[in-house]
Amino acid sequence: MAVCVAVIAKENYPLYIRSIPTQSELKFHYTVHTSLDVVEEKISAVGKVMADQRELYLGLLYPTEDYKVYGYVTNSKVKFVIVVDSSNTSLRDNEIRSMFRKLHNSFTDVMCNPFYNPGDPIQSKAFDSTVSAMMVASS
Amino acid sequence: MESHEEKPIIYTMENKPIVTCAGDQNLLTALYSLLAQQLPREPMEWRRSYGRAPKMIHLEANFVQFKEELLPKEGNKALLTFPFLHIYWTDCCDTETYKASVKEDMQRWQSVLKLHSSTDWLIVVVESDNKKKNKTNILPRTSIMDKIRNDFCNKQSDRCVALLDPLKESSRSQESWNSFLTKLRTLLLMSFTKNLGRFEDDMRTLREKRTEPGWSFCDYFMVQEELAFVFEMLQQYEDALVQYDELDALFTQYVLNFGAGDGANWLGSFCQPVRNWNGLLLRRPIDMEKRELIQRGEASLLDLRSYLFSRQCTLLIFLQRPWEVTQRALELLHNCVQELRLLEVSVVQGALDCWVFLSCLEVLHRIEGCCDRTQLEANFSHTVGLWTYATEKLKSLGCLCGLVSENGPNSEELNRTVDLLAGLGTERPETANSLQSPYKKLKEALSSMESFEKHYLELSHAALEMYRAIGRLRSARLVGKSLAEFYMRKGDAQTAKTFLQDSLKSYTAEGWSLPLTHTRKQIAECQKQLQQTEDYLQTSALLASDKNLTDEERKHFCQEILTFANKAPESKDQRVALSMTAFAQLRELKFQPASASVHVGASLQLELRLCSLMPVPVQLEQLAASVHFIGEQPGTRSGPAGTQRRPGLSPDGTISFPAVSPSGGVLPGTGMPALELYEIQDRSPSDNMLNSTSVVCKNAHMLLRGSEGSSPLDVHSAVGSAFTIEDGTQVLKTNNVTLLPGNNSVIFTALSTKPGSYTLRQLCATVGRVQFVMPHIYPIVKYEVYSQEPQLTIEPLAESLLAGLPQRVKFTILTGHYEVKKGDALQLSNTDSMPILHSSSCFARILSGTGELVGEAALSIQASEKVTSISLPLTPPYHTLEFQLEVLCHIPLSPARVENERLTNGEIRHRPKSRTRFNSGMACIDQKVSIDCPWSIYSILISLTFYTPFRAKHSLLSAGKRKYIQVCLENVSNTNFRLANQTLSEHQHTPLLELLSLNAKTHQVVYSKQSVYSLWEVKWTTEPLPCLQCVFSASFSPADAPDTALKPYSYEFQLERVSTLYSVKADIQPAVGEQQCRAGTLCRLEVSVTRLIEPSDTEGEDEELTENEGLRTTKLMYEVVDNSSNWAVCGKSSGLVSMPVAAMATHKVQMEVMPLFAGKLPFPSIRVFKYLPHSAQPTSQPDTDSCLENDNLSLLDKGLDEQGDTASLRSRGSIHSVGSNEQQQRALPMPRREPFSPGQVFNSSHTQQVLVLPSTDDHVLEVNVT
Repeated sequence: MAVCVAVIAKENYPLYIRSIPTQSELKFHYTVHTSLDVVEEKISAVGKVMADQRELYLGLLYPTEDYKVYGYVTNSKVKFVIVVDSSNTSLRDNEIRSMFRKLHNSFTDVMCNPFYNPGDPIQSKAFDSTVSAMMVASS
Repeated sequence: MESHEEKPIIYTMENKPIVTCAGDQNLLTALYSLLAQQLPREPMEWRRSYGRAPKMIHLEANFVQFKEELLPKEGNKALLTFPFLHIYWTDCCDTETYKASVKEDMQRWQSVLKLHSSTDWLIVVVESDNKKKNKTNILPRTSIMDKIRNDFCNKQSDRCVALLDPLKESSRSQESWNSFLTKLRTLLLMSFTKNLGRFEDDMRTLREKRTEPGWSFCDYFMVQEELAFVFEMLQQYEDALVQYDELDALFTQYVLNFGAGDGANWLGSFCQPVRNWNGLLLRRPIDMEKRELIQRGEASLLDLRSYLFSRQCTLLIFLQRPWEVTQRALELLHNCVQELRLLEVSVVQGALDCWVFLSCLEVLHRIEGCCDRTQLEANFSHTVGLWTYATEKLKSLGCLCGLVSENGPNSEELNRTVDLLAGLGTERPETANSLQSPYKKLKEALSSMESFEKHYLELSHAALEMYRAIGRLRSARLVGKSLAEFYMRKGDAQTAKTFLQDSLKSYTAEGWSLPLTHTRKQIAECQKQLQQTEDYLQTSALLASDKNLTDEERKHFCQEILTFANKAPESKDQRVALSMTAFAQLRELKFQPASASVHVGASLQLELRLCSLMPVPVQLEQLAASVHFIGEQPGTRSGPAGTQRRPGLSPDGTISFPAVSPSGGVLPGTGMPALELYEIQDRSPSDNMLNSTSVVCKNAHMLLRGSEGSSPLDVHSAVGSAFTIEDGTQVLKTNNVTLLPGNNSVIFTALSTKPGSYTLRQLCATVGRVQFVMPHIYPIVKYEVYSQEPQLTIEPLAESLLAGLPQRVKFTILTGHYEVKKGDALQLSNTDSMPILHSSSCFARILSGTGELVGEAALSIQASEKVTSISLPLTPPYHTLEFQLEVLCHIPLSPARVENERLTNGEIRHRPKSRTRFNSGMACIDQKVSIDCPWSIYSILISLTFYTPFRAKHSLLSAGKRKYIQVCLENVSNTNFRLANQTLSEHQHTPLLELLSLNAKTHQVVYSKQSVYSLWEVKWTTEPLPCLQCVFSASFSPADAPDTALKPYSYEFQLERVSTLYSVKADIQPAVGEQQCRAGTLCRLEVSVTRLIEPSDTEGEDEELTENEGLRTTKLMYEVVDNSSNWAVCGKSSGLVSMPVAAMATHKVQMEVMPLFAGKLPFPSIRVFKYLPHSAQPTSQPDTDSCLENDNLSLLDKGLDEQGDTASLRSRGSIHSVGSNEQQQRALPMPRREPFSPGQVFNSSHTQQVLVLPSTDDHVLEVNVT
């Protein structure tokens, strides 16, 4: 399903980033980093329109020839980015949304852990397995 | 719309629905222009089937002459050429002509229409006044209309309309013209609805057959496109677009199904190899070439997609949605690439890149053509994606064709270029004349390296600028990085570096380690090419410590540094200073000893925990720490006692350093380097006066640089000079250290030659020519060197010293800088009250400065009369000498009256301050000891505080005339004691006095905080008993000590006026006639005071005696008080009696009291005082408190003498003793009362009780039982 899942802190440094073909990890890092441009653009655009009922899901950030990059931002401005292979055409918007929702739930669990310092890289097995499930599901 | 260079075959913009006109062609010619102009003027509402929203449309029509060929043949689905309405025009106004020709013509026309089952027709009868005038036999016009209606419109009378002189400007004609137009529009719309509805139904039917074999997408495409054309013709672009989008979606779904293994036959034609990649063509509304290819079923996937998109693009531009075009274009291009991959269509390498490149530029050109500059600029965010995509594709083409390498393309690459160019075909005629067409650009770019570079840079910079303009800086930097890679390939490392450093900055600032490492690696390559040795080495160090790299890569970069370091320097000054942060990190620093404070000359070790970040062991020639020294200020402090805990120094002497990200990046939040300030003081050399003082920031350059937001790398490269070792400071060194990867421990021995404070400034590791410098150590690392005076302290071993028992005290000598030599001795002045008990086995322990036992030595103690001399063993400086001595402090006889002086032998004679602090109930004795020390000419006075373990109290008890002495001994210490041999002795050995012990003979244990009472009866024969000087003495020892350890304790006290003078007896009698006292009724209280002994001379001074009629009397005052509210004393409760001074003289006083309660009530207490009249000379200092009130006395005046034995009950109901002592004068000072000493008055009815019955009243007693 997803080929890369990233959690990015409010300050835009990565809290968690994992990608499937490990050899192209660097490429995904670049992709995710660049996508922050669009995330910021969308956040600021959304902020203007409706401050209260903000939609967390940002939709497709930008497509590339091979991948589609989707974004999601929590209320605490933590960003989730999911990169999906373009050839995987069976994925609909709803499925992407539910992936983000799952990710958000798992992230909330991580944050609830009293031993986790907010701002530290995420090293949670439970979170890892949630992400793994997203990545394996299709491939 | 642009001007078109070529007229397409179907020209949709100028297509209008066809309306055929039969009948009188002249009429039509006359009305044509008016009709074409007036028809679209008014909009009509178009209601549509399938719940689609009604629309207002402006109708236009193309009026053509009726021909039978125009009517569609059976099965012809073309809609564009479909005549939607047929009109028959006639201006016939006489029946003859009508009958003769017109009717026949009409019938023919009707039959043709019927043949083609067309029901959309209209007959127009034009009437003009001119014609009416010419003809004589005018039929009323209705008759012609009627006839026509009769003949043709059997049910549809509205199919025939009359048009009244349309060319005239009359209201009547205008009216009829308008109603005609409305009719025309209505009929046209009806026809549209009917025919389009039928068409759509057919189309749907066709679509439903798509699963049948032989179904062709191309055929279907043509049908649905026909519908789109019609909508476009009706200017319903939205609807037209929907048709194309449906086709698009259908096709996409087929491709996806094909990918999922569900292939359709017809799709095979789209899977043919791509032979032509000349990009999108958006300049024509309809690309007929491609359309024909589709029609023939020969189109490739790219052809179909191109055609579809060009149509969508055209419609979107009609709808003025150009930004949707760019967005869809990007999707289309991505999608096409994916679809070709999915369908496994064979494509020449690079062909798709060409196609995408051309398409991107074509779309951009098309958009630029229909938007102005400001609009474009405002919408960069929509176009920039295409620009970037084009740039990427051009770059990959460049790589493919060898245009990016330094050497130019090889033959294989040239062949590829030729193949690619061939696939482009010839340039399309539309753009042949324009200079900037995508086709020309691509051809030119692929033609030579120079032009490729020009085009590539142009595109890249355009994309870069756009990203910057819309604030997508990360994207801009990614393009920049891509540019840098290009420059690297071209060998232009300098330009590449600037772009890379820009990107590096962004990755560093946001903490993206992987891109950071990658970029840094590229920078290293640039720096190596540019031969920027120092920068390269610094970057190499960072890379060597980078965990994101493989071991091999890290080793490579580490080796680069080591190779350089070990190369022989070309010139002298070829040392390179690098920042240590990437090389190794100082994690922890540990002082040994932990206090980081040592005396002069002592060894202080600093253990550095350095974490080497290098992947291989590195041999350091030298590791040096420079130290800043500040001399000790006189008078500030000396000795370790003043050591304050410095910040950052933990109790075990370690300082931890915050972890810094080795990649040079400051992690978000770690912030700036620490501020380092120097204080500068300028003193005049002559008198050391302060001239000026100032504070200088040492690392201002770093702090200011940081705020400018430059990357740490810049700092490293720019301020290399900051890494040089500070001159003129002392340096701690360790040579030949091997740093293994990971944690290493390096030990420095600190300098401790001069007292003062030493601050570690820098750390510098030297490897050959390379020095790794840590320019600032923060938190500040500091150690102190001090010099210390010798010190002697004596402290108790237990928590407190007890007097009276042998106690151990500890002598501690801190030698400080003094060395105890042979023959040195402590001279203790002896005192009587505190002898030093020395045993033969007395050992001294010698401890080193850190508290380790160094040795033990026997002490020799010699005591002379005045001095006890303790000869000390040899002890080196800064050691501790400890030994214990036993001392005994005698308990002073009576702590309450300490007058005894304690002499210390020697020159000082002082009175000890025996403060009797009753702190925690213990009396304490401060005992001073004067000691002469070998290191000082002065004696040291040391005060020891001893606590008395007991507190004694005595009391005299009486029973009539018999006397008892009770001594209470309270143990106030925390120890339990055994008590023995309590004795009481009379000091003066009064004759005929006997003290009879009533105590147990055995030992008694006095527990802590408890008391022991002892009692003696005093028996004597002489009268009166004089003053007694008594001594209580006892032996005590700690409860667990053997009997031999008993120590004496004594308590001295004095007893005076021991014998009993008066006996007081009280009696309570019920009221007369009553058997028992009753509550609430008055009872009689009789108090009788009896003198027991004859007056003696010694007591005369005590009592005021009066000679009256030969009888010596003394005055006593009595008082009846009931404190417990049992009794109500009625009337006077106190009075004076005159007492004869003779044995057994008795005086009785009566008064009335009332019991308030029933039960056994204790008697009210009766007190007797001495009464000293005002005239009496006070024998002792009068106590103001005991003065009586004047008004009280006024009544105590007369008749005291007459009262005699019988107390008189006064009529007032109160006891009243009235004295007639006239000598009392008010003016004199007030009389006083004085209490008797305890024992002088014996109250024989003390604590006696009397039974009181309840009152006879029947009170209701409520009893609640719960």
